[in-house]
Amino acid sequence: MYAQMIKSTGKGVKTLDEMDPQERAFQERIDAGGKIEPRDWMPAGYRKNLIRQIGQHAHSEIVGQLPEGNWITRAPTLERKAILLAKVQDEAGHGLYLYCAAETLGITRDEMFEALHEGRMKYSSIFNYPTLTWADMGAVGWLVDGAAIMNQVPLQRTSYGPYARAMVRICKEESFHQRQGFDIMMKMCNGTDAQKKMAQDALNRMWYPSLMMFGPSDKDSVHSEQSMAWKIKMNTNDELRQKFVDQTVPQAEYLGLTVPDDKLSWNEEKGGYDFSEPDWSEFFDVLAGNGPCNQERLQTRKDAWESGQWVRDGMLAHAAKKRAAKLAAE
Amino acid sequence: MSAALFETLLRLGDNTLVLGHRVSEWCGKAPVLEEDIALANTALDLIGQTQMWLSYAAEVEGAGRSADDLAMLRDVWDFRNILMVERPNLDFGHTMMRQFLFDAYHRALLSGLAGSGDPRVAEIAAKAVKEATYHLDRSAETVIALGDGTEVSHAKMQTALDLLWPYTGEMFHSDEADAEMVAAGVIPDPEGLRPAWMDTVTATMAEATLTLPDSNFAHKGGRTGKQHTEHLGHMLTQMQWLQRAYPDATW
Repeated sequence: MYAQMIKSTGKGVKTLDEMDPQERAFQERIDAGGKIEPRDWMPAGYRKNLIRQIGQHAHSEIVGQLPEGNWITRAPTLERKAILLAKVQDEAGHGLYLYCAAETLGITRDEMFEALHEGRMKYSSIFNYPTLTWADMGAVGWLVDGAAIMNQVPLQRTSYGPYARAMVRICKEESFHQRQGFDIMMKMCNGTDAQKKMAQDALNRMWYPSLMMFGPSDKDSVHSEQSMAWKIKMNTNDELRQKFVDQTVPQAEYLGLTVPDDKLSWNEEKGGYDFSEPDWSEFFDVLAGNGPCNQERLQTRKDAWESGQWVRDGMLAHAAKKRAAKLAAE
Repeated sequence: MSAALFETLLRLGDNTLVLGHRVSEWCGKAPVLEEDIALANTALDLIGQTQMWLSYAAEVEGAGRSADDLAMLRDVWDFRNILMVERPNLDFGHTMMRQFLFDAYHRALLSGLAGSGDPRVAEIAAKAVKEATYHLDRSAETVIALGDGTEVSHAKMQTALDLLWPYTGEMFHSDEADAEMVAAGVIPDPEGLRPAWMDTVTATMAEATLTLPDSNFAHKGGRTGKQHTEHLGHMLTQMQWLQRAYPDATW
């Protein structure tokens, strides 16, 4: 999802009997639905995985501002501009909660930025695709936020307390974003021929990248098991992808749009749609840095960070002077 | 319709529209995450105020145009914002200095307008002045921090102040439309806003250890529409593109 391809550290999941008493107590607490808090003991692997997962999610929120920022200055009405601004403001806010949640695990926000800029931490593959028309603002809300919600709603029950609580706030705002996105799609699909064409084109380009957001198929995803035992991953990739397709296809039909998949059909027996897998070689290319916008997105973030250095230095220097003056006055 | 009132409402709405647009250009590129949030929030407030001012302008004009028509379908010569707000962002220091100089004026202006004899104007201003006061707190704090911060940040903020200073005088200029609205009790006298603005600016610059330029020269032509900068036309090519490329569409 917003955290794809997080590699678990352990080789396999230990049984309770194989664990030492501390680890066993930790696992039993999770099994009983308890929450782990920052000061509690936790296995090093749990900590490491969570930092990667929450950090990747936070980075996705921040980089995710860019494809939408691409249209803020071209939003077609004052109301649409205001809604889009409110949305990217929410996303920056989500980034902030998530960096704070990750910081409770013993890493700083600056360290996470450094890891992002050096390519040691990733963000969701979806933000490496371009936003080419106004309909993409609808499709991002409808499909991308829709896919994100699929994953994030269960994460409200994740075992790590600060992450679960951040997710509660985030989910409320994300479902609002998804409705806004669908509203743009409705307007486009009920509009002129050109608008309908934009809407169909947006779906054509974003459908498979949205399916990729859930990560590779379970049979190829060797790292899920430990994360699921720790309840930092609540459902398998394929379960969530199926749920997303089942929810989204009727919405596409309602909009009068065609999902770009010849093999799409309702399977009565399983009570869900059969559908084509995305091109996983494309997914791995994007993860490796070869998506259409990888280079630009990361460079934009690096440039923002570097050209903002003097601002951060100035603010810190001023704060230090104020502290010194306050101390001298006491 | 009252031509002078229409003109006044365009001046108010175009300032917030154009500045809101400029601030929104920072999306995802601010020096720290908290600034990304704050800049988006400021832009959002300004666009919200634009909706109120331009909706009223459209009603006053009574020609069947909407706030969106006014924002998206006028050309440069019909815009009535001051030149300062259409200047490009340049760096973060220039953006925040521009914001501060505008916020200090905007708060003084909106405080006056909150007592306007035109009830709609008073109502919009009463809402907007709360936002402007908050914007001013924040922009003043940032200007002070960066002016006082390091040698580098100090130099950048002084450069920004020097660049922007000649664009501040236009805020206090008057023409016949202003005189008519002042006489009707709709707006405060523009020149009368200068002392309060100057007090805020002087106090803030002292704390920021920045030097006010010793010049009264003022570029003007924005709020009368006589002569904008070259920058506004480029901004409109983006802002208005969809509406102009697809005139029969609704969004």
